Amino acid sequence: MKELLLIFVPFGGAGLAAIWPNGRTRPFLLPAVGIVHTVICLWLLVYPPKFEPQTWLAFDPLARAVLPAVSLLFLACAVYGVTYLRVRAERPNRVFVTLMLLVLGLLSAGHQARHLGLLWITTEAVTLAAVPLLHFNATPRAFEATWKYLLVGGTGVALSLLGSFALGYASLHGGGGGDLTFVALMAQGAGLSHPWVLTAWVLLLVGYGTKMGLAPMHTWKPDAYGEAPGIVGAILAGGVTTVAFTALLRVRAVVHAAGDGPMADRTLIAIGVFSMVVAALFLLGTRDMKRMLAYSSVEHMGILIIGAGFGAPGVWAALFHVWSNSLTKGALFLSVGNIHRAAGARTMDEVGGMSAITPYSAGIFVAGLFAVTACPPFGPFFSELALVRAGFSTGHSGAVAAFLGCLLFAFFGLTRLVFAIVDGKPKTASKASGKRFPETAGVIIPALVLMALSIWVGIATPSVLHEAWSGAVAQLFLTP
Amino acid sequence: MNSSLNLLIGLAMGLNLVALGSGRLPSVIRAVAFQGMALGLMPILMEHSNWLVVTVSLGTIAIKGFVIPFLLRRAMRAANIERESEPFIGFVPSLLLGAGGTIAAVAFSRALPLLPEHAGLLLVPGALASVLTGFIMLIGRAKAILQVCGYLILENGIYLFGLLLIHATPLLVEAGILLDLTVGIFVIGIIVDRIQRAFDSLDTRKLTVLRE
Repeated sequence: MKELLLIFVPFGGAGLAAIWPNGRTRPFLLPAVGIVHTVICLWLLVYPPKFEPQTWLAFDPLARAVLPAVSLLFLACAVYGVTYLRVRAERPNRVFVTLMLLVLGLLSAGHQARHLGLLWITTEAVTLAAVPLLHFNATPRAFEATWKYLLVGGTGVALSLLGSFALGYASLHGGGGGDLTFVALMAQGAGLSHPWVLTAWVLLLVGYGTKMGLAPMHTWKPDAYGEAPGIVGAILAGGVTTVAFTALLRVRAVVHAAGDGPMADRTLIAIGVFSMVVAALFLLGTRDMKRMLAYSSVEHMGILIIGAGFGAPGVWAALFHVWSNSLTKGALFLSVGNIHRAAGARTMDEVGGMSAITPYSAGIFVAGLFAVTACPPFGPFFSELALVRAGFSTGHSGAVAAFLGCLLFAFFGLTRLVFAIVDGKPKTASKASGKRFPETAGVIIPALVLMALSIWVGIATPSVLHEAWSGAVAQLFLTP
Repeated sequence: MNSSLNLLIGLAMGLNLVALGSGRLPSVIRAVAFQGMALGLMPILMEHSNWLVVTVSLGTIAIKGFVIPFLLRRAMRAANIERESEPFIGFVPSLLLGAGGTIAAVAFSRALPLLPEHAGLLLVPGALASVLTGFIMLIGRAKAILQVCGYLILENGIYLFGLLLIHATPLLVEAGILLDLTVGIFVIGIIVDRIQRAFDSLDTRKLTVLRE
């Protein structure tokens, strides 16, 4: 029953936040629920529960392999959120805290959903619950970003529903009894109607790919990440995208069972490489540090999807990368949030010399730069190394070459922007706003902890995580 | 039974073209409302009427036919706009695209095998045509309210498709989906309202600050 607590504790917290009378103490609900969630999650990671294969919701090996990373990320963001909401005391926080907790509960449900329809409902609900979080700042720019997020994200979610129906009809046409759990669909395997499986795969890839932010469906991402508060960006980039990724992994397993695996893997690699190319090109051009994070996220989603196309060792590496990417991206979003507040601006034309005004955040920002560009000793280096090895071992050397080339260009683009912001002389406008928003322990420690976790998951990967990732791979590559 | 169902689907496909060809907001909203009501009647025709099917049916008619059009009309009056003057894709080209899309949908749906009990139905072409119509409106209209109408038509298409599964999926899932859609429209309505206040307009052409 602990796996249900992962969903209902945040829901309960959200309900409590909605009726909590005091706006100054309400944000403390975030870390309170976050700690409970993380403890349960880590407990379940170490002592995985038994479950019936036919259940709709379970802490199955795939959920076990990724949900703890999301939980750790949320906890760090929640601790940061307490200070953030105190700094931004002029904005009402009732809706914000309530929906953050609701998003956590829905993310837990989405990762554990083993039923096609339930998975869709949770993804759609997460999309909607995130909307008011995006326009927390209530600026015209934020509304513009929210509108684009709603239209593009809503269309994506609608297409994934169409794809879910198509997959359901594939089962029905193949003689299935209408059981839409992934276990039943995989068991039906080659009995699924072939044209419908292909239709479903295309629609689901586009639908959930939009949610992940794969190019060319990534257009909402720079706007949304650019205008949302840093913690919301971190949860979107590290949590919501992960749900869509696990959804695609589950669907991919069904398509494999239906005998269309090689086709599915080819499309995954193609769309992954395309995302990386697009992200690398935009990273070379952007002058805005928050939009930079969005393009970097598009790049890493491309990496995950390429991994999903590299067979069993690739999926293992991708699950590893979910951890290293979530933790690193979290640290980056939080430090960029600090720099943005202190500088009062976001582009490299208006911001400079932040190492003098916000030395700690600038340090984390630079460390995060080396982390996301896969320099040792950070987590992404090890996960991407595993991915490259998986690519060679499965004979995808062309895709690996494109992957490495894009990493190089992304490195150029990121270093150009990061050092323009960190180095040089502080701008006069930033000096004044830097005094108004000083760096405090509350906004530095969460980012530092995430950075430390990113190093730890790379150089000292605990054996329980190795085992969890292998367990998830075994679940997804089960051949009936 | 099949012929009356096909009649309703044909009606929905015709309403797609009405929505595409008109620039007056009230007539587009009316077309979407009628389409929603036609869709709401379909489960009663397809299933043996038990109370659950009737409830879902009535709920669909109430929400798609009355609640959402009411919200849209209210947003329209608040924004004080009556018609789309400069669409991104003109009305005649949209109509031609929509008609072409409908033909393509009929042609494509022949490639997809159907169960014997669905063989004579227009559900798949109707669904695909509505999805395409929705896309054309999402891309081709500049006013936020018309984009919402496009999104509704897109969803109606998906609903049509979902009717193929009405025997198989438990109605619990369908109810959850309907609930999500409703909440989605409410959220969209609120954002439309905020855009109206922040920009003093519902013309999405003004939403161009954020770009590379």
